[in-house]
Amino acid sequence: MGLVIDLDICVGCHACAVNCKEWNTGGHSAPLPDHDPYGADAWGVWFNRVHSFEAGEGADGRTVHFPKSCLHCEQPACVTVCPTGASYKRAEDGIVLVNADTCIGCKLCSWACPYGAREFDRDEGVMKKCTLCIDRIYNENLEESARVPACVSTCPVGARHFGDLGDAASPVSRLVAERGGYDLMPELGYQPVNKYLPPRAPKRHAGSTGSPAQLKPADEDLSGAGLMLRWVDRLLSR
Amino acid sequence: MHPAPSVILFTVLSGTGYGMLFLLGYGAATRLLPPDMRFGIAAFAMAIVFITVGLLASLFHLGHPERAWRALSQWRSSWLSREGLLAVATYLPTAPFAIAWSFFGLNAGIPAVSGAIAGLLAAATVFATSKIYATLKPIQQWHNSWVTPGYLVIALMSGALWLNVLLQWRGLSRPTIAFIAAGAAAVGLAIKICYWRSIDTTPARSTPESATGLGAIGRVRLLESPHTQDNYLLREMGYRVARKHSWRLRRIALSFGFFVPCVLAGLTAAFTGKLATWTALAAALSAGLGILVERWLFFAEARHTVTLYYGHRNS
Repeated sequence: MGLVIDLDICVGCHACAVNCKEWNTGGHSAPLPDHDPYGADAWGVWFNRVHSFEAGEGADGRTVHFPKSCLHCEQPACVTVCPTGASYKRAEDGIVLVNADTCIGCKLCSWACPYGAREFDRDEGVMKKCTLCIDRIYNENLEESARVPACVSTCPVGARHFGDLGDAASPVSRLVAERGGYDLMPELGYQPVNKYLPPRAPKRHAGSTGSPAQLKPADEDLSGAGLMLRWVDRLLSR
Repeated sequence: MHPAPSVILFTVLSGTGYGMLFLLGYGAATRLLPPDMRFGIAAFAMAIVFITVGLLASLFHLGHPERAWRALSQWRSSWLSREGLLAVATYLPTAPFAIAWSFFGLNAGIPAVSGAIAGLLAAATVFATSKIYATLKPIQQWHNSWVTPGYLVIALMSGALWLNVLLQWRGLSRPTIAFIAAGAAAVGLAIKICYWRSIDTTPARSTPESATGLGAIGRVRLLESPHTQDNYLLREMGYRVARKHSWRLRRIALSFGFFVPCVLAGLTAAFTGKLATWTALAAALSAGLGILVERWLFFAEARHTVTLYYGHRNS
């Protein structure tokens, strides 16, 4: 199971990060600590963070909002380096979790994660991370339509998709195939489950509406104007 | 990476202790080291104190030190677990060997075999420590083939330097130990120079472009951080040392950690009496200072790929 994040659609509103925090501070890994939340040195544990990047230069440049959470890798080094077995990847759905009762807080898993998915809870002395909302997606007390991770349920623009990426016929897998979904840092070989959909190419033409691709200034030709208007133009152009 | 004092202290101190134990184990078995009660007691006490204090220091790094025993369970996949098991296992043959050799002067049969096993386990523990770092792919400066040789040679050098101090103090000068120390220092110097050349010249494997997958659009730079204050990730992994400081500290590490000990340890083979003892002590203390700087740099110069998401470019 995993997420597909559409970087073409994300508007960078941080609603996914906020709803993640809200749900998870009462969920499986609760509480998610906050220290001095309104002060000068705010510090807290979040499972989902939205970075904003600029890519490319000038008219070809893009602003891309980039939500990042645990990618639930197929090759999770955070699990293999764990000396206690507190970090584990579930066989049935591939979700990577931490057992807070056996974690010794050595932090090695956070060093082994290239993506910064894990954050240390210094109040409890254990590592915490995205659970893919296991307490929502299998929660029979919720309506079926609500059984998706909190970040997905709250996204106001539909930039986040949840589903079975292990099934090539699932809607999320088809979406990845259609849109050229990709892995982050594939060179490290972690084989993340979560996929990112690239921003679509910018539109250079206005399409079928008949509008011009670019508006022309209307005031350059003064040949039809009278003496008075030309004089005003000269005065104002000075 | 944040240079945590507990981890620096652990790797330096326990590395020195394991280096001593390695040399004691094989020095006794090959009769290179003389079975002398005072030397034996001092040498084993020092090695065990260094190892134990180092291991305890590493426990302070944990969020739950009382659960540390759980770390012995995942030896099939985790180098940290293997290190823990080897560290505990090293104590077992060390105890009978230390008693038999120090108090009864036995350097054959079971004591010699247990000494050799203790030496092997000591070396294996340092090897496992180095592999914890060397297997972490997100940190290119650690995922480097010079890291493991560096850890092993520095442990051997530090151990030999302190044994040399104790031998000189007891008037039992063994030029072989002095030459092992000087030789290890020379090799260590070469390894660190190769290591720094390697990390300075190897282009970064991961970039902000590969981290975001936006390289097809163009060069990627951070527009807005997700948070206004440093979070755990930046405090733990965002540490950066200024390049000009880094160069100065490298020179300090090379001079005090390797060059000075190499020369002084070599000289102790020619000196006798108190002059030899003080020279050996100066060599060991110089190395201790230099290796603390070296280990601090090992962390401070290491750059984690998570910083790519925060506008850093790790090259």
